[in-house]
Amino acid sequence: MNFPSKLIENAVNEISKLPGIGKKTALRLALHLLKQKETFTEDLSASLLALRKEVQYCNSCFNISDEPVCSICTSQKRDKSIICVVEDIPDVLAIENTSQYQGLYHVLGGVISPIQGIGPDDLKIEALIQRVANKQTEDKIEEVILALPATMEGDTTSFFITRRLKEFGIKVSTIARGIPIGGELEYTDEITLGRSILTRVNYSAD
Amino acid sequence: MHLKNIRLQQFKNYNKAEVQFSEEINCFVGINGSGKTNLLDAIHYLCLTKSAINGMDNLNVQHQREFFTIFGDFDLEGKELEIRCIFESGKKKQLLQSGKAVEKMSDHVGLLPVVMIAPDDTMLIKDGSEERRRFFDNMLCQLSKSYLDSLVRYQHFLKQRNALIKQFAEKGRWDKNFIAVYDREIIQLSIEIAWQRANFITEYEPLLKAYYAEISDNQEEIGITYDTHCLFENFEKNFQSAAQKDFLLKRTNMGVHKDDFVFELEGYPLKKFGSQGQQKSFVIALKLAQFQIFLSHKKTKPILLLDDIFDKLDDNRIQKLMQLVADHRFGQLFITDARPERSKEILSKINSESRFFLVKEGVLKYMDQ
Repeated sequence: MNFPSKLIENAVNEISKLPGIGKKTALRLALHLLKQKETFTEDLSASLLALRKEVQYCNSCFNISDEPVCSICTSQKRDKSIICVVEDIPDVLAIENTSQYQGLYHVLGGVISPIQGIGPDDLKIEALIQRVANKQTEDKIEEVILALPATMEGDTTSFFITRRLKEFGIKVSTIARGIPIGGELEYTDEITLGRSILTRVNYSAD
Repeated sequence: MHLKNIRLQQFKNYNKAEVQFSEEINCFVGINGSGKTNLLDAIHYLCLTKSAINGMDNLNVQHQREFFTIFGDFDLEGKELEIRCIFESGKKKQLLQSGKAVEKMSDHVGLLPVVMIAPDDTMLIKDGSEERRRFFDNMLCQLSKSYLDSLVRYQHFLKQRNALIKQFAEKGRWDKNFIAVYDREIIQLSIEIAWQRANFITEYEPLLKAYYAEISDNQEEIGITYDTHCLFENFEKNFQSAAQKDFLLKRTNMGVHKDDFVFELEGYPLKKFGSQGQQKSFVIALKLAQFQIFLSHKKTKPILLLDDIFDKLDDNRIQKLMQLVADHRFGQLFITDARPERSKEILSKINSESRFFLVKEGVLKYMDQ
């Protein structure tokens, strides 16, 4: 793409480094900024700068936070005996939006994949073990829910964590996999359907 | 099942081509290098989403072009199905079934069974175990989605485990707890895959024996032994005790990726003791048994692609093979031959409709009988 100005070109190159944004969208965004008042761009860049400089991660669960310990971890309403382990921050938001979970979280920051050079030490796995170990005396952790992606890497990571947690004798569970709500059986892929039959649950008449 | 027509654009040496096929025998004739085999390969693409010859899609685009398309209309027991295979370099290959995009290529595999008999099939006997595993894996994947799933998972975990071993080797330290995660998957999947391979061979071997007896004049006894260490009782223990070796060699030394299928003649390895003729008969029997197994599982006759067999086989074996054609044991047939008179003479003796196509520098023409 040829640009009439070096300034535009620089801006487009920077913006298009963002995920999901190509050169054309970047150009549209840059031109949009030029059409707005100067304060618009100032506010935008100030907020981005502040985000980058001041962002903190919760010391306990590694979720994004304004304080050293996040609002979920400090909330009195949350059940502190359950930890839900997720791959990344958007997963916390997704589970929070269900309003079905009142426990705590633990953000790993990825899943184990030796091909990509990601091992347990690159993730917050040791911190999770410490959390469970430290709480053995007061407000004991009773359950760890593994809510990792249903991929081979997710499964391996779940298995690795389960092995590490074995010595504490607590309940370790994983979120259910199967037919989506409102889904038709005939359109469900064979692997999911097969697994959902293998891991079927009891149906109660009560 | 049969293919009614094919439309090519910028595929290999074809700029544009469109032809209607016979339900029975189709014969592509033309000098060497004119593009006869490329047509068989295009059919292979429609059935299995990939080339039979060249694994890299971008090498199958016409020179100096960016994309190729292969369209074809199939008749599946009276039901029409249009398959489109579209590849543009740098992009993901697309496959459409009657206009609907197929998300995973593996979902298409198995729908349209095809068997190809080609001159370099003797590789199956002469080359290493990888060729034989690929041959049987291809067949099993077309028959069973769960086998395909297990195999994909196995290969993925094996790659992860090997990457991990390399990292251990660099650090000079073996982390038993970390690798245990992969060991478990690889051991479980190895046993699963090995059982399926073993069961398959018990079904396949009798068909192979029957076809070999039909193709060859001799009465020698042939067989296949499935060679695996994954079905031994102490496989899991053996896998664990190979850790030291894995560490030294920087790769996984136990598992189904080490399996072999040993072809035998009178109880001895065919690779070492079989004559040229016996080996040729054996590979044809391998492919015809594949045809038979697809037929019995899919309840439809697979498309048969015969590449240059009149040239590479001796008269005796051609005659036997053509006897099977004459007996209407096969469905739709595609044959390539550099010499039109020869194939015309051979096919004229058979009471089947045959259509001839002249291939010249990437241009296709119908030939009068």
